[in-house]
Amino acid sequence: MLRLPEFSYFQPTTIAEAVALKDAHGDRAMFVSGGTDLYPNMKRRQQEPRVVISLAKVDQLNAIEMRDGGIHLGAKLTLTSLASDQRLQAGWPAFAHAASSIATPLLRNMGTLGGNLCLDTRCNYYDQSYPWRKALGFCMKKDGDTCWVAPSSAKCWAVQSSDLAPVVAALGGRIELVGPKGARTLAAEAFYNDDGIRYLNKEPGELVTGLWLPEIAGARSSYIKVAQRGSFDFPVLGVAAWARFDQQQKIAELRLVLGAIAPAPRLVPDLDKLLIGRSLDDRQAIAAAAEVAWRLARPLDNTDQAFSWRKSVVKPYVERALLGLAAR
Amino acid sequence: MLVDKITVNLKINGLATELRVPPQKTLLEALREEAGLTGTKHGCELGECGACTVLINGSPQLSCLVLAAACDGAEVLTIEGLANGPELHPLQSAFAELGAAQCGYCTPGVLLAAAALLVRNPSPTRDEIRQALSGNLCRCTGYLQIWNAVERAAEQLRTR
Ligand SMILES: Cc1cc2nc3c(=O)[nH]c(=O)nc-3n(C[C@H](O)[C@H](O)[C@H](O)COP(=O)(O)OP(=O)(O)OC[C@H]3O[C@@H](n4cnc5c(N)ncnc54)[C@H](O)[C@@H]3O)c2cc1C
Ligand code: SF4
Ligand code: FES
Ligand code: FES
Repeated sequence: MLRLPEFSYFQPTTIAEAVALKDAHGDRAMFVSGGTDLYPNMKRRQQEPRVVISLAKVDQLNAIEMRDGGIHLGAKLTLTSLASDQRLQAGWPAFAHAASSIATPLLRNMGTLGGNLCLDTRCNYYDQSYPWRKALGFCMKKDGDTCWVAPSSAKCWAVQSSDLAPVVAALGGRIELVGPKGARTLAAEAFYNDDGIRYLNKEPGELVTGLWLPEIAGARSSYIKVAQRGSFDFPVLGVAAWARFDQQQKIAELRLVLGAIAPAPRLVPDLDKLLIGRSLDDRQAIAAAAEVAWRLARPLDNTDQAFSWRKSVVKPYVERALLGLAAR
Repeated sequence: MLVDKITVNLKINGLATELRVPPQKTLLEALREEAGLTGTKHGCELGECGACTVLINGSPQLSCLVLAAACDGAEVLTIEGLANGPELHPLQSAFAELGAAQCGYCTPGVLLAAAALLVRNPSPTRDEIRQALSGNLCRCTGYLQIWNAVERAAEQLRTR
């Protein structure tokens, strides 16, 4: 049996209690929600909290409601409930679709929004058993000081592989946090940090309490996931597109975000001059935008599939995601 | 660090059960090692195969990634509880008749995931069956017999 290491276990019932426990135990403690990321990592000794603070009994994190011109989603909602929510399917289809594409039905019954947004970054040299990592020599992300992917690099390049992360950035979502110093919200894009070890711009003591997505008239969204198998597998590329269209169905505002190619989701810059004022029928403009995304994408050799192949599919999938914004 | 054991009261296959477990013990380990229910299989123990699937309050979940300590107050159904006494669940007979179990290692998990589907949706399409079982790997059957057997069981459940 592949067993969990020993830890003390707390099941607070309120947000305040959960945050106070984390504050009291500091770096030795971690939150757990569905456990589908943390427990495998603990079994492989990639993460070794001595104190585990479960959110299972914090019912305040289960809310789903229309609020402030958008939708508020509690951090503890399961991926299954997000994927099947009719308001999300209608108003934020890229989000509902991304949730439905994660892992397997069984894992979606367990895995939650908060855990997905805070997913540990992934790397072929890190997501391995303890004996495997020890045999090769530990890497910088845990227990070692070298990076096996880019040995001359001072930075860890483990990949942010959450399917929801690029989507919430494209949708202009805001992450809701509560910490010892109080509550705040952060633009989803700013929540992620381009470093495989310090991958979240969040104080260690802060709890993600939820996500807010704006409802914007004339806006549409799409998400395409590229993975080895249709079930189980993490994305090796995720393309999230969001645009607001004017009355003539011309693009008035646009955000395109690439997931699973770097330690943080990547917003593709400089697309406005190519796409604003254009319609989706302008295939030349779409192709030019895909070219910009392709240039930006620099996947490294640390996930499923050859990194050259992962780069080569950026263009066609970006085109598909943009065309997926068409009215249905 | 000495971690105290936690008392967990849950129902396993309808039977009120008290477990005394350390926090790090998974439901899978508790079922097999404390409750003596070895019908729930352990494969990868990392969420990557579905062999350990059980129903927790009716929802199919992976017992290798759930703490026993988190199951206080829960109702757990394992493969040992699927039959009604000596009478097999229609899924079990259909699996036996149609060769949907070969080595049988994935079978308990597949049966429970299928049972949860048929409660939620008594007339699933083949696509819905494939979807619902897409978290349970089988290395033997090639899945076709499994889908056929779930369809037959659904039909039997509808007509009885
Ligand atoms: C086989 C397999 C396949 C998978 N495939 C995919 C996939 O395709 N796409 C994908 O995106 N994910 C995938 N996952 C990862 C995971 O199942 C999901 O991302 C899931 O949503 C994680 O949520 P959780 O609640 O289980 O997280 P947990 O394991 O509970 O937590 C994950 C991390 O977030 C922290 N955390 C949790 N909740 C909070 C909170 N409210 N505030 C602050 N920190 C918090 C934890 O401390 C931990 O570091 C896969 C996992 C497995 C085992
Ligand atoms: S990118 Fe380098 S440092 Fe980071 S997990 Fe992979 S091997 Fe380790
Ligand atoms: S043993 Fe639980 S998913 Fe493989
Ligand atoms: S019958 Fe052997 S793994 Fe499914």
